[in-house]
Amino acid sequence: MSMANRDSLAAQPFGLPISPADHRSPGWWAMVFVIVTESAFFAYFIFSYFYLASMAQGAWPPEGAPSLRLALPNTIILLASSAALKWGEAGIRHGSQRRLRAGLLLTFLLGVAFLVIQSIEYSHQHFTPATDAYGSLFFTITGFHGAHVAVGLLMNLVVQLRAWLGHFSAERHLAVTNAAMYWHFVDAVWIVVFISLYLSPRFG
Amino acid sequence: MAIVTDLEAPTDLLRDIWETPRGLLGTLSSVDHKTIGKRYLVTAFVFFLLGGLEAAAMRAQLAQSGEHLMSPEAYNQLFTMHGVTMIFLFASPVLSGFSNYLWPLLIGSRDMAYPRVNALSYWTFLMSGIFLYSSFLVGQAPDGGWFAYVPMTERAFSPGLNMDFYALGLIFLGISTTVGAVNFITTFFKLRAPGMSINRVPIMMWGTLTTSFSVVFAVPALTVACIMLFFDRRFGMHFFDAARGGHPMLWQHLFWMFGHPWVYIVVLPAIGLASEIIPTFCRRPLAGYTFVVLSTIATALLGFGVWVHHMFATGLPQLSADFFSASSMVISIASGVSIAAWIATIWQGRPKFKTPFLFMAGFIILFVIGGVSGVMTASVPFDWQLTDSYFVVAHLHYVLIGINVFPVFGALYYWLPKITGRMLSERLGRWVFWTMFVGFNLGFFPMHIAGILGMPRRIYTYQSGLGWDSVNLVTTLGAYVFAVGVLLFIVDFLRSLRHGEPAGCNPWDAATLEWSTSSPPPPYNFAVMPTVRSPYPLWEARLGEQGQSQLDRGALLGSGRETFGTSALDSDPEEVLRMPDDSLWPVLLSLSLLGFFYGMLTSAWWLAILGVAALIITLVGWLWPTDITSPSPPRRIARRGAEA
Repeated sequence: MSMANRDSLAAQPFGLPISPADHRSPGWWAMVFVIVTESAFFAYFIFSYFYLASMAQGAWPPEGAPSLRLALPNTIILLASSAALKWGEAGIRHGSQRRLRAGLLLTFLLGVAFLVIQSIEYSHQHFTPATDAYGSLFFTITGFHGAHVAVGLLMNLVVQLRAWLGHFSAERHLAVTNAAMYWHFVDAVWIVVFISLYLSPRFG
Repeated sequence: MAIVTDLEAPTDLLRDIWETPRGLLGTLSSVDHKTIGKRYLVTAFVFFLLGGLEAAAMRAQLAQSGEHLMSPEAYNQLFTMHGVTMIFLFASPVLSGFSNYLWPLLIGSRDMAYPRVNALSYWTFLMSGIFLYSSFLVGQAPDGGWFAYVPMTERAFSPGLNMDFYALGLIFLGISTTVGAVNFITTFFKLRAPGMSINRVPIMMWGTLTTSFSVVFAVPALTVACIMLFFDRRFGMHFFDAARGGHPMLWQHLFWMFGHPWVYIVVLPAIGLASEIIPTFCRRPLAGYTFVVLSTIATALLGFGVWVHHMFATGLPQLSADFFSASSMVISIASGVSIAAWIATIWQGRPKFKTPFLFMAGFIILFVIGGVSGVMTASVPFDWQLTDSYFVVAHLHYVLIGINVFPVFGALYYWLPKITGRMLSERLGRWVFWTMFVGFNLGFFPMHIAGILGMPRRIYTYQSGLGWDSVNLVTTLGAYVFAVGVLLFIVDFLRSLRHGEPAGCNPWDAATLEWSTSSPPPPYNFAVMPTVRSPYPLWEARLGEQGQSQLDRGALLGSGRETFGTSALDSDPEEVLRMPDDSLWPVLLSLSLLGFFYGMLTSAWWLAILGVAALIITLVGWLWPTDITSPSPPRRIARRGAEA
């Protein structure tokens, strides 16, 4: 094929953008639906928690409401991590690589802190997943949430690496947007878990 | 300029861009939706035959009273795997096969929205099927029924690996179903041809779209339930253990919150196939397109509010039972709308009784019978009498075979000519239909009677003198006649591959875009990107529609794998999407998952951890940017230019 012909084929028809990296992109839609189906996943766990609570014969939770001594600060840490990420995201939207990197790093550290504190909290619990149904629920729900935090941290690592490689610009940073959406989602799930497992027993 | 006619289009260049190379590497890395669709169809059909063999063995055991062809344990494994296979490994994947193959052709696109996710969905389906079936190799296939009620399935009463295969296998399969559903949703809203606004979408796509939304919300319920079951069994947790604050009813709630939407997940796309095929043979558009779409959506929504009708006999409060009884009956109104639309279409059309149409006509009859027995069991007092009897077995087979298998076979007769390029035999096809239809009714109608006579489901044998002997013998005979019909179909299919008449582009004179391209379609689907102006683009001349679709002239999109991204409602072109090349990541990701699940199954934690590590590496490799998203043209085109 002649060069001229090839060039004409490569021309953008109708001046449409090629694979834009915004909310029109299929990659963005994929993350939205990951979040939707994962929300349903946690919703069924929360349903199970309240179902067994409503069916409980004795006190619920059998061991009394879980302590807020570590969980409340940990909640604040996780919320702060979302704020840090938001700040970094806003940075790259204005083209600031530096703010993006700083925001991602701060988010990562706060996320790690959350997991460390959660494991300390685990070691202080005087019940295990095998003690009773409440123990099974507590550890499974918070455990799956923790696993989601770990996934979010992995995403963060990859995006950080790419940020250092200079992959992102004010116009093209879909990976940042997606990883951030996921991270905020994981935080939102924690709020629901925190209200259900830590606060709701105190209301009743 | 990039607007050309189909005759000017450099089809050899397009073929070069889109064709998957031959050889092992090409086979493992192909992301072509047509290849994946064919694999889905073949794999699902193999599972259909396996599930059929299991059924045949059970019917031999039940043909007469006091039979001892197999042990009760073996029988338990057979009926469980028969259900699991037909419901999870056939009924839904076979519909995904049609959708994967047809959707891009129906909407004038060159692939699905996520071609690699599409491949992932297939490989994960295949490997979860292999995972489930490998249980037979160790003689410990799942044996707790397809809905696996606790406490029967807890470790105390089922100490083997049987139900671990079940719990892990279904979590595994759920990944395939979910990513597939997301792919369908995005494809529906993003990839339709310019001009194919939301009211011009081929009717069959609405079934799959609606159920894809159901999948996204319903499958997590099964995943959560199976995680709990596995944790109870393996780690001594107590989710379903009444002695330690758990509750067996929790399983039933979670299972049916998933299970009832799932019924619609396996029937609504099949109903869509019928709504697509019936108009072709009636030579007129479907009557009441909008009503059929709305009733499809209504059915799926209501499907989330009826799960308790599976649990009427569990001692629920009367008010709850009444509510779910009423909501279950309301569904029949939505289903009635579709049936009315098909009958109106046939009534006002000039039906041609070709084989696909026969299957659809048979399907309508079975749909009505299965629907009526459904309304009967939706009534609480009636259900109390007949739950867990053969009446329920009859009902669910009328629903699943009637509303899934019959449309699927009709659809095979309809679309296989497009897929293989060869016609199936019309004469043999009639034999296939009548054998299957007569065999099915002969086999399954008497089950209603067996149930009313008090025969419980899932018993491996029965005594004579209970009045069940003759109905069971007739059922077995009917089931075997049905099986002969299926075998005849296989004969017809294999014969057609060699000796079938060439199909040509549009053997049925049908109206939708897939019939505008060759049979089988080229790797790039369409030489030029079509523009659509009506719901029946190939019938516009006949129907005298305004504003004509353009199929032989349009954008070429030839600088790499490209297709249009369009707006969700009006389908205005918004962007050109660069599509990914063939890739090994999907199959590697599925293999990582397979390793993980076998590790969990056997408590080989090193294998599970290895699986997760491989999963992470694969995902990072997959998502690492290539030239797909870069603003410069892809490398292969640049290379080709250099060669020139």
